[in-house]
Amino acid sequence: MMTDIQIIFTVLFVIAGIFFLLVGSIGTIRLPDFYSRTHATSKSDTLGLLLIIAGLIIYEGFHVNSLKLLLILLFIALSNPIGSHALARAAYEANLKPLFKGTDKEKGNQA
Amino acid sequence: MKKRVASPIVLLGSRLLSPYIMLFGLYVIFHGHYSPGGGFQGGTLLAASLLLIRISSGRRISRIQFSDYLTTPLAVIGVLIYFGTGLTALLAGGYFLDYGQLPIPGLDAPDLRYWGILIIELGIGLTVMAVLVSIFDDMIRGED
Repeated sequence: MMTDIQIIFTVLFVIAGIFFLLVGSIGTIRLPDFYSRTHATSKSDTLGLLLIIAGLIIYEGFHVNSLKLLLILLFIALSNPIGSHALARAAYEANLKPLFKGTDKEKGNQA
Repeated sequence: MKKRVASPIVLLGSRLLSPYIMLFGLYVIFHGHYSPGGGFQGGTLLAASLLLIRISSGRRISRIQFSDYLTTPLAVIGVLIYFGTGLTALLAGGYFLDYGQLPIPGLDAPDLRYWGILIIELGIGLTVMAVLVSIFDDMIRGED
């Protein structure tokens, strides 16, 4: 009976995580600009990975493997936003302009 | 061009993450008998923890942690550990890298194989770490 509840919550969490990863991937492909692409991937990818790993922790129960998964979750929650921050900051310091309404899309924004 | 300042978030995050990556690299090296991993993987993890500090905090601080003239001697020491263990087993009457023949007193053959593999993995890990850091240093030398 307990394992049924565990499996139900695992499936729910993993499906939610896959949904957020899918949204992040579509955002990476469809959005026009570097900053908005970073915006789409950083938050939703982090949340999707966290949800998937939380589902796997629920699947494992109290075990050594779930402790390791908890450590992975902690490190992803630390390192993924920091990496996105470093990317966006490097682009800003390299004078990459964000895309506004009047900007020419084909020429890019190298000016 | 604006003046570049170091981001405190990146600096603090890499300083927070780097010791844990190094600890995990040591775990991968020393637990390589029982689980996936070993010298190569652990060495790359150690190099990753050093390179994180090197990328985020710049030349002056990272040279205090691990200076660039240490890389080639450490790589040579790792190779010498590897071949020294192998040739010691060869001189003691076995084949090359025949850990059961290592002349360490007080240990029987299974314990000798255990410690021999550990020594080999340490040498490999040291070499991989030093060579990767040395490659990074050689790449950025032109820019400084």
